[in-house]
Amino acid sequence: MRWLRKNLVVIAGLLTLAYMILPNIVVMVFSFNKPNGRFNYSWQRFSLDAWKDPCGVADMCESLSLSLQLAAWSTVGALVLGTMIAFALVRYRFRARGAINSLIFLPMAMPEVVMAASLLTLFLNMGIELGFWTVLIAHIMFCLSFVVTAVKARVMSMDPRLEEAARDLYAGPVQTFLRVTLPIAAPGIAAGALLAFALSFDDFIITNFNAGSTVTFPMFVWGSAQRGTPVQINVIGTAMFVLAVLMVVAGQIITNRRKKTATA
Amino acid sequence: MTDKTAHTGKNTGGGDVRLTGISKAYGSFNAVHPLDLTVPQGSFFALLGASGCGKTTTLRMIAGLEDPTTGTIHLGDTDVTDLPPYKRPVNTVFQSYALFPHMDISENIAFGLRRRGIKSVKKQVDDMLELVQLGDKARHKPHQLSGGQQQRVAVARALINHPQVLLLDEPLGALDLKLRRQMQLELKRIQTEVGITFVHVTHDQEEAMTMADQVAVMNGGRVEQLGAPADLYENPQTTFVANFLGTSNLIEAEVLETGGSDVLVTAGGGKLRVPGDRCTSAVRQGGKVLVGVRPEKISLAHADDAGSIADGRNRVTGRIADSSFIGVSTQYVVNSPAGAELQVYEQNIERDTRLVPGAEVVLHWNPAHTFGLDAAQDIDAGVETVEDAG
Repeated sequence: MRWLRKNLVVIAGLLTLAYMILPNIVVMVFSFNKPNGRFNYSWQRFSLDAWKDPCGVADMCESLSLSLQLAAWSTVGALVLGTMIAFALVRYRFRARGAINSLIFLPMAMPEVVMAASLLTLFLNMGIELGFWTVLIAHIMFCLSFVVTAVKARVMSMDPRLEEAARDLYAGPVQTFLRVTLPIAAPGIAAGALLAFALSFDDFIITNFNAGSTVTFPMFVWGSAQRGTPVQINVIGTAMFVLAVLMVVAGQIITNRRKKTATA
Repeated sequence: MTDKTAHTGKNTGGGDVRLTGISKAYGSFNAVHPLDLTVPQGSFFALLGASGCGKTTTLRMIAGLEDPTTGTIHLGDTDVTDLPPYKRPVNTVFQSYALFPHMDISENIAFGLRRRGIKSVKKQVDDMLELVQLGDKARHKPHQLSGGQQQRVAVARALINHPQVLLLDEPLGALDLKLRRQMQLELKRIQTEVGITFVHVTHDQEEAMTMADQVAVMNGGRVEQLGAPADLYENPQTTFVANFLGTSNLIEAEVLETGGSDVLVTAGGGKLRVPGDRCTSAVRQGGKVLVGVRPEKISLAHADDAGSIADGRNRVTGRIADSSFIGVSTQYVVNSPAGAELQVYEQNIERDTRLVPGAEVVLHWNPAHTFGLDAAQDIDAGVETVEDAG
């Protein structure tokens, strides 16, 4: 009884973790399945077929590559614009600053379906052909709010004296930005980048409305689910998950090592 | 590196800091009224005042971090008024130290040299670490150092550039009292060693007097008085300086005679003498004057012994309201017809046991230690602000 009381927090934590990870485990396990029919919904027997031939399904890897490209460019676009907005909002006093501060949350707050439909209306009325570019514009738009929020939090906690100190120590505006401002804001920018990449990569609703005939990976999965689910989808899912976990672990190791060398 | 040409790199001499008609206004608020100030080369110069008096703004204008509204700044013969901070041969030690958190100590110190395109910095950085006694901390990050150590890094990071002027913005404000005393001596030692002009901003009058060769007392965006610490203390020109630097007893008095070298005045029925050349404003018979004397200049005698006080000394009778024993001295508060709550500091050499609250006493002092101030000023100027700034 006493043991239980002592370890209650740990047990609750582990259970919550299991709750979060279970779906991923299922995806992983079923990536080694060899289904009888077209649907990968019930366990048959172990097989490495799908892992050996991840691009064996027609058009899937094309859609995956498109999604990765979209995610990368959306991240870059949202990062550049979002960082500038964040700095402007924190550092400068200008007209409509308050309005922009609250409007920046609009894409987060608005239901995605509404946003998707209104974007489509906008693109159609402007006579813009739907495809890669319309999706990219849409993705950058909704990633922006997340980047701004993440970077703003970091910039707000930055001491403006640090930049004054840099200028005082013979660093011109460019050097000050590259050597002091950017490295210190980096954790916020990195957090924004991760969010932007993940959001863009798996966005379905806005993409589906504005993609025209282009097919991203989430759209491919959705489309194929009508006719059957190839095991390769699970392979891609597992690979992405493992990659993400590895990145987080690597990040942890690097920060830990940095701390250690600093104290040594 | 475009800044290399503009920056001389070394202290080339001939470099007084000259502020001419410099002022700073934020909208309708005047942080600094037009002021002229010359800081002699190689001196330790303090800007002293309460918070909001314009001392930090003045310092930031010298650094180039603030654009003056009017006036010019010269370093030696060079007009630097329009130069950006990174082109001025001036470095700053910030109040919060502003060490770069993502760099270790030696990278922090090397920052200025590297920005000026100097490649081999190791020896200079090591020398600098030696000077501030932090040789073993080169690879530490700023947050791993104590406040005093961070402060020394900030000094090293600025000094390594051999600036013509080192600006210090309340550099000891965040340290505890003991460490502050230690760092005062340390900074003074470094200044003597490197011979660079130091301009030090502080609200601590003791700090300013301990360290500086010259002190400019600022109040409300103006320089109230400029001089050597002892001169400021002995000869305050305004009630603000009299009260802000140490403690002063100021007594409102009426002028009786102006004939001789001493001015004869009357306050609370008694007569006092003030040396005529120590009166800051013209005195005329029947006019008002503020008579000032420092608490440690006053001697205290019990009323029974009044007869034994030598002739020719200024006397004020009163009653002890309060006394506090602080070791080397005893501080008395005396109420008298001439003025309420007069302060007297008596050395504890031979303590008179009769001097307790309620005792009738005579305060007496050498008239030469008396100064006269213009009675048109606020008698309490600079009193409260000392507490506020702490």
